[in-house]
Amino acid sequence: MTIRLLYFATFRDVAGRDGEDRRVAPGTPVSALWRELVAEMPGLARTGSMPPAAVNCEYTGPDTVLADGDEVAFLPPVAGG
Amino acid sequence: MHLTPEPIDLAPLLAGVRPSDGGVCVFLGVVRDNHAGRETRSIEYQAYGSMAESEMEKIARALEREWPDSLVAIRHRVGLLAVGEASVAVVASAPHRAEAFAACRAAIDRIKATVPIWKKEFHPDGSSEWVDPTRGDSSTAR
Repeated sequence: MTIRLLYFATFRDVAGRDGEDRRVAPGTPVSALWRELVAEMPGLARTGSMPPAAVNCEYTGPDTVLADGDEVAFLPPVAGG
Repeated sequence: MHLTPEPIDLAPLLAGVRPSDGGVCVFLGVVRDNHAGRETRSIEYQAYGSMAESEMEKIARALEREWPDSLVAIRHRVGLLAVGEASVAVVASAPHRAEAFAACRAAIDRIKATVPIWKKEFHPDGSSEWVDPTRGDSSTAR
């Protein structure tokens, strides 16, 4: 299945792109996707823990299982205002 | 729409104020000329647009439930802003001032905590960096 992955701020700088369509195995939780990404791009891992994640524009936990067509983003520390 | 690439216009936010409102609290966040001991020239605001919209909508509607009879309007700018320009505006109105102040204060606090917006500071020497409020710099927490 395929998800849409979006990158913002420091993560966009590390990835060198705004986003990508990415194939993931059915049953993949958010936390496993994060580990895959860090393995490919160690620069994403500023800290040891997973950053806040959003699936389809809603904050979600690490155990959320991804579905085909999901829009997924890992969020660097927000700094609006 | 809560996000805008244009300079923030308060008029449409104030237009929602009702005849029954006796207090209107306006907060403007503006670009400061320094941060963490360094001079700032400009700030670029980047948003996860669709999620930022829904998060700001959720904040406004939640506050209106928490302070019944209050009305909360929010605008957040994106793009490159010069020192002195407003990056965010909150207008909270209510029958009495206590609720207007409280809802306004809570709105800006929640915006800073959860809305997916990031800012990159540009300095006079041409350098720039993304601001990380979690990095323990006390000046960003105020």
